[in-house]
Amino acid sequence: MPIDIDNGRTGRRAFVGAVGGLVLGSVAGWTLAGPQPRVIEVVAKKFEFVPGEIQVRRGEPVTLQFTAPEVPMGFNLADFNLRADIVPGKVTTMQLTADKTGTFTFLCDVFCGTGHEDMSGTLVVT
Amino acid sequence: MSAFDRRQFLQLASVGGAVYMSGLQGFARAADAKPATDDFYFVQLSDSHWGFEGAPNPDAHGTLPKAVASVNALEQAPDFVIFTGDLTHTTDDPRERRKRMTEFRNIVAELKVRTVRFIPGEHDASLDNGKAFKEFFGATTYTFDHKGVHFIVLDNVSDPGAQLGDPQLAWLQDDLKQQAPDARIVVFAHRPLFDLYPQWDWATRDGAKAVELLMPYRNVTVFYGHIHQEHHHMTGHIAHHSAKSLIFPLPVAGSQPKRTPIPWDPAEPYRGLGFREVEAEPAKAEYRITELPVQRA
Repeated sequence: MPIDIDNGRTGRRAFVGAVGGLVLGSVAGWTLAGPQPRVIEVVAKKFEFVPGEIQVRRGEPVTLQFTAPEVPMGFNLADFNLRADIVPGKVTTMQLTADKTGTFTFLCDVFCGTGHEDMSGTLVVT
Repeated sequence: MSAFDRRQFLQLASVGGAVYMSGLQGFARAADAKPATDDFYFVQLSDSHWGFEGAPNPDAHGTLPKAVASVNALEQAPDFVIFTGDLTHTTDDPRERRKRMTEFRNIVAELKVRTVRFIPGEHDASLDNGKAFKEFFGATTYTFDHKGVHFIVLDNVSDPGAQLGDPQLAWLQDDLKQQAPDARIVVFAHRPLFDLYPQWDWATRDGAKAVELLMPYRNVTVFYGHIHQEHHHMTGHIAHHSAKSLIFPLPVAGSQPKRTPIPWDPAEPYRGLGFREVEAEPAKAEYRITELPVQRA
């Protein structure tokens, strides 16, 4: 299940710093913790998510890294009770470890313009 | 009770005493508790999306005027009409938005009803935080009292994130403090206050907080729009009723992958569209809903 959402560069730096500290502080800890989550960059632009389909494996920890180049956007993955605001000029990160397989719709839940209601994508968990 | 029964009742009530005739005992008891004149009805219209163009409604320019004509053709005029949001279809151009609101206002000015009320939908208000809507239609949150019912209008669309927000929730709490636990309360909003289907954005992010504030009151009913179809749901003892659209119907939540309009059927034009009468019986805290088509056959 998802564990964290960080908004903004400060949050991202804090997250990266924490991981860095883990690596530098203890090789054994790194081994136990496993590799860093795979980072998946997602751009929320008028009026689509790029990529529109995100593929992960069940139990695989991933970091979704969002940017919005134009206007404020939202990311809502209701089946995992996850959402985040995506603000231009900042990077928003979201940790996700999907605990169920299937195809799940995510959408923009911040009204962003004429194409807002078509702005959605799918998370495919295998 | 059918619309015919309601009209028959009103006609009988107007001449006095006839409410006690056979078949209307239920009303007779209500009349004993409170004068029959306390009963009234209003009309809810929703989601006209004026300015929309597309295959889901080849008569996009004619549907709203037809609905206005149908309301005007009702045998008795309602006490008031309320439009529960998405009066206009969204546009990124503020001038075009005002043009659509002007046209919408001119069309509904033909309603032969003394009181016509409006609330915004996200298509009207989310791109400018309700600025244009307020210019044309006034406040986005307000209350009014009518024949023993306290009406509360909530705005869950002027924030593009579909939130009521803490200030509005505090305002709601203050208003509710003035109400008795058994007050007859009707809430109007555009979006559902409960999580109907968040996968299609059919929710209000902090709607549960409003429901929590309403929960101590025994007689609360919510009427809303947004989902372009009739839907009925209970959160505890609070009933939530969504209205049909006046532009295109949407599918049942989760019944298909995408939230795309139900195609127009030339063999049955305006299918799935319409408006409703709501007959209020404050003495019994009951609301009888009658769905009506855009045009009578």
